[in-house]
This record gives sequence, C-alpha cells and structure tokens, in this order.
Amino acid sequence: MTGHATYIGKRLLWTLPTLFLVALIVFFIVRLIPGDPVQVILGDQATEQEIAVLRAQYGLDKPIPMQFALWMGQVLQGDLGNSITNNQPVMSLLLSRFQVSATIVLIAVTLATLIAVPAGLLAAWKQNTTLDVAIVAGATLLMSVPSFWLGLILLLIFGLKLAWLPVYGYVPFSENPVEALRYMILPAATLILIEVGVLTRMARASAMEVLRLEYVTHARAKGLSNRQVLLKHVLPNAFAPTWTMIGLVLGGLLGGIAVLETVFTLPGLGRLLVDAIFARDYPVVQGCLLFTALIYVIVNLIVDLCYPLFDPRVSAS
Amino acid sequence: MKRLRINGILGALLLGIVGGLALISVFWTPYDPMKVSLRERLNPPSLIHWLGTDEFGRDVLSRIMTGAAESLVVSICTVAFAVLFGTLIGLFAGYVRGLADRLLMVVSDALLAFPGTLLALGIMVIVGPNKYGIIVALGIAYTPSVLRIVRASVLSAREREYVEASRVIGNSELVTMFRHVLPNCTAPLVVLATSMFGWVVLAESGLSFLGLGVPPPAPTWGNMLASARPHMERAIWLGFAPGLCIAMTMLGVNLLGDALRDRFDPRMEDR
Repeated sequence: MTGHATYIGKRLLWTLPTLFLVALIVFFIVRLIPGDPVQVILGDQATEQEIAVLRAQYGLDKPIPMQFALWMGQVLQGDLGNSITNNQPVMSLLLSRFQVSATIVLIAVTLATLIAVPAGLLAAWKQNTTLDVAIVAGATLLMSVPSFWLGLILLLIFGLKLAWLPVYGYVPFSENPVEALRYMILPAATLILIEVGVLTRMARASAMEVLRLEYVTHARAKGLSNRQVLLKHVLPNAFAPTWTMIGLVLGGLLGGIAVLETVFTLPGLGRLLVDAIFARDYPVVQGCLLFTALIYVIVNLIVDLCYPLFDPRVSAS
Repeated sequence: MKRLRINGILGALLLGIVGGLALISVFWTPYDPMKVSLRERLNPPSLIHWLGTDEFGRDVLSRIMTGAAESLVVSICTVAFAVLFGTLIGLFAGYVRGLADRLLMVVSDALLAFPGTLLALGIMVIVGPNKYGIIVALGIAYTPSVLRIVRASVLSAREREYVEASRVIGNSELVTMFRHVLPNCTAPLVVLATSMFGWVVLAESGLSFLGLGVPPPAPTWGNMLASARPHMERAIWLGFAPGLCIAMTMLGVNLLGDALRDRFDPRMEDR
C-alpha cells in the first residue's frame, strides 16, 4: 500500500510543472497572435487615448513576465476574463459548453470500451480464424472513416431520409431528458463507431501478448475452462494497455470534437474555440486552449492513477 | 505473415490510387476544377460529369482530383517538416545530453501535454488559416513525437561499440552522428511517419472542414465536404466522394502501417 501511495504522490507532483508549462505555452500562443487585441476590441474608430487606457486596464503596457504573473494569478482564482464578443465571463462559458462535449464523449467512450474489449479479446482468442479476420477488418475500416463524414452520412440516413431523429441542435438534459437523449444519439453513435475501431485493435493486440505468456499455458494445463482462463487471467492483464489508450482517446476527442460539433451544430467546447478563433475573441481562445489542455492533463492523471488497479506490477517498480 | 503481406499490398494499392489521381490532376482534369457554370448547378452523376456537379456547377471529379493533390502535398510537407525538425533536434539532444537535452525535453513534453489537434488549432491562430499555416501548425504539433523516438534511439545507439569505433578512427562527431547513429532510428521513424501521414490527412481535412484550412475556392476534400453539407439532402453525391477519398487514404495508411510495424517489430513475427 505504501508503494501505491508513493506512486500517487510522485505522479501528482509531476503534474504541477506540466500544468505550469501548459499555461506558459497558452500565454505565448495568444501573445504571438498577429494584431493588437485592444484594436480588435475597440474597432477602427478608437483614439490613441482610448487604446492606451484599455491597454493599461488589461495590463498590456507592463513587461511580458509581469503580464504572465498577473494572468497566472487571475487564472488560479478561476478568473479567465470576459469574452470580447458578448462580455460574458469566459469561465462560465467554458463550463456550460464543456457539459455538452463531456456528456457525449463520456457516453461514447464508455459504450465503445464495453463493445471493443470483448470484441478484441474474442478476436485474439480465435486468432487467425475467419471471425478474427472479420473483427480486425471491421475495426480497421471503422478506424479509417473520418468522424465528420460518418456523422454526415448518419445524419442523412436517420435524420433526413428516415426522419427518426432530430437533425440539428441540442436540448439540455435539465430541460427535457428524453429529448436531450434523442439529440445525442447520432453524435454519440458516430463517436462510438469510430472509437470501437481503435480500441478493438488495441484490446486484441494486448490480449495476444498476454495469451502467449507462460502463466496462461499453465492456467490451461491446470484444467481451467476457456472462460475462466479468459476472464481471470487474460482480461485483467490485457486491459491495462487498453486503459491507457482510453486516456489518449479521450484527450484526442477533446481536441478534435470541434468537427463533430460542427456537423451536428452542438454548442460544445470545440465549437466555442473555433467560433472564438473566427471572431478573434482572444480571452475565449486563451480560455479554451487552457481549459482543454487542463482537462487532458487531468484525464491522463486519473488514467495513470487508476493504472495500478489493473496492473499491480506498476506500483511495485 | 501472409495476411500481412496482403495488407501491405492492399494499403499500397489504395494509396497508389489516390496518389495516381493527384498526379494526373497536375497535368489533366476532365474539366477546369474552378470553372463556375450556374446552369449546371447540382447535377447528379452522369456520363458527362461522372461524379456530378456542385452548387456552383463545378465538376466534382475534377475537384476531387485537384483536392487529392492539395491534400497529399500538404500532408507530405507536414510530415517532412515534423520528421526533419524532430530528427535534427532529437539527434542533437540525444547526442549532447546535459542541460540542453533536458531543456529541449521539458519543452517537448509540455507540447505533448496538449492534444495534437488542439495545439494545431492554437498555432493556426498565429500563422493564419491557409495552406502554409496548416503545414507549420500540424508540423509543430507532431514534431515532439518524432523527437522522442529519435532521441531514445540515439541514447541507446551512442553507447554501442561501432559508434565508439567511428570516433576512435577519427571521424568527426557530425559524421558519426549522421552515418552511424541516425540509421538506427530509421525503422521506428518509418513506422511513425506512416501513421503520422494518416493523422495529418485527417487533421488537414478536419481543419479545412471547419473553414480553418485551405480557403475556398481551391478544392480540398475537407472544404468540399463543408460546402456540401447544406446541399446534402438534394445532392447526396456531393458529400459522398470527398469522404470516401479521405477514408480510402486512411485505410491505405492503416493497412500499410500494420504491415510496416510488424515487419520492423520482431516480437510480432510469429503472428
């Protein structure tokens, strides 16, 4: 247990410098954007004096290290400034948009894992049979389809031709749970199909590594049934690498979900960032980058912290 | 093993088709891909226009072909960018070690703490939404993964006897690095570059789909899909061909990548 505690402690400590550097990179990205943000806020008609006043107000007249320190101070208090386009606090914008993206991503990744892990295990167990070839071929095919295209096709079939599901928009869970689900089926299904491809292949590869180890042969020699060998010996050891993959998949989705949110016109985090880029809404761009990277770091942290649960060898070393 | 060879051939064939389309488009397309003809708007596929026409009456097949060239050139340049800079920095870091190495690794780890597409989006804001912006943004986003692999190979290679021998016989550090250390990184680099090509094709079409990539009217598969979206109900063919091309390229890359990975990874041989 002490081994586990040290592992957690080390991992948590390592996160702090990463977070600091992430903040530094975001700060510099936004400072490097060509053009003066103050000019964008005030428009072309602004006088020299107005510009100077606003620069002072945003602290843009101070030296860069000072600006960074001031900004970090605000960020640590949860203050990310206000949006230029609609003057709302960036933090509350982020949180409301994040709910939309997170709900879909979590539903999709959970269901995809539940489908992919058994499928991968089965394929590895029945290695080189027709079933295995079919599963691998299917997974590779799914993995190769771009999400926005698959989304458009599902939208066309189930939304427009069959008219079973709504085509555009979003209803919050708190307003009407049943309607909310109906709006979420298509985007979630799109993500599930694609992630099942990636995760099935991962699960199959790790199961195959485990299947060739001696203790599996031993377990079989002991006279355990196939089912027992698979569930007790193969699954626990084969799941650990897949679990890490799930962390990466979650992060990838957070970064890439903008395209899917565009297809289904969902008011999510990705769409917020893209709209802010078009509107040159610097505080929102900055907030989105920082927030998404933070979530990614946290997701990977949680994945790593849970890793010893699936692979006890980690905390020992 | 046999199945892997089939995978490799199939993958190369798919990429060959896409590459062939792109190459032909440089010299010839059935119609001018930019020629607007308002009388021929949204025509379904026919003998005259094999893949139909779009909302401006432009020939879809011609645009698909030109788009292939555009997408492939952008993707190849991006991968080349990441491989070039990643290799140079990785070689340098792994070879000199010490403080320079540690600083470079801190920066690269921090960049890896971002999801790739998010980092690319952030850099796109600085460099601007165009072809060169994409190459630089995605190139920077993918450089750290190359850097890591090269550095790891260098660290293990530099202690080997033949590297020592090269120094002893009086070869300069630079010659030793490029002639004797670098070749050790080729296998993992080839595998990485292949998968990276797939990620870049996908990311490029995604950015173009969002309107942050190659600006219209120049066709790319991504921006063709974006402009097809409002007309999907009446003109299904508009959304079909560009997506199929992206999927074909990705499938080709994935199949070829599997074959390469298994060829270079001896642990997988008895599969």
